[in-house]
Amino acid sequence: MMQAIFIYLATVCVVCAVLTVSLRQPVYNVMALLTMFFHVAGLYVLLNAEFLAVVQIIVYAGAILVLYLFVLMLLNLRSESRHLHRQWPFAVLILGSVAAMLVGAMQAGGFGLPTGEAPAQVIQAVGNTESIGLTLYTDYLLPFELASLVLLVAMIGAIVLTKKELIQDHGEEQS
Amino acid sequence: MIPLSSYVILSAVIFFIGVIGVVIRRTIIVVLLSIELMLNAVNINFVAFSHYLESITGQVFVFFTLTVAAAEVAVGLALLIAIYRNRKTVNVEELDVMKW
Repeated sequence: MMQAIFIYLATVCVVCAVLTVSLRQPVYNVMALLTMFFHVAGLYVLLNAEFLAVVQIIVYAGAILVLYLFVLMLLNLRSESRHLHRQWPFAVLILGSVAAMLVGAMQAGGFGLPTGEAPAQVIQAVGNTESIGLTLYTDYLLPFELASLVLLVAMIGAIVLTKKELIQDHGEEQS
Repeated sequence: MIPLSSYVILSAVIFFIGVIGVVIRRTIIVVLLSIELMLNAVNINFVAFSHYLESITGQVFVFFTLTVAAAEVAVGLALLIAIYRNRKTVNVEELDVMKW
């Protein structure tokens, strides 16, 4: 049963990833990526990470992809006759062979890594959200605070970059 | 029981689809979407290893990846709008000022 679900989720993920890269209209690309995000959330549920599955849907599908759609509507792109870069056959050939090599290496070798102290039963006993929170606010408190700094810098950066006056000054210098 | 290697292989496949997308597409929007694909592949790896190595740390790191992804999207799309305003194009083949 688990295997059937995994195969379904993995297949949809890969198909939607290919569609995201290959479809011509940017809106369809975003929709394919949305479907993929939902199925990645399903994979997280399969891996006993329920909280992350919900966060995946809220943050990725709810915030990030909506932002993409907003920008798409703002830009009003014209559809182009050629949507692939002229070097695409070489790129697909080289990167595809590297990927095949990597996948072959992964199938050949075992991982054999030491295990930690939080097996699925322990996490389920405490609760997934609670155990993530405990680790996040004790062991990873400094990275957590730094993450807020990253978000602040991104926020200021986005506002500064899209300010019209600053951009227009540079545009006049160029022309 | 699904072996860990199937998750890792799935993640590798998605990651390389993302890399191919970055290289072959001409619209910056789809290039940014492909970067999202790669970040998601990394997240699948983190969660899979977190489950199979019985440590919650992997799931904590997915949060930091999410934070960086959100910051990347905000700055990337702001750059995209700035580029479109100046050059009236979002085609990577035409944006070759810094190309040697």
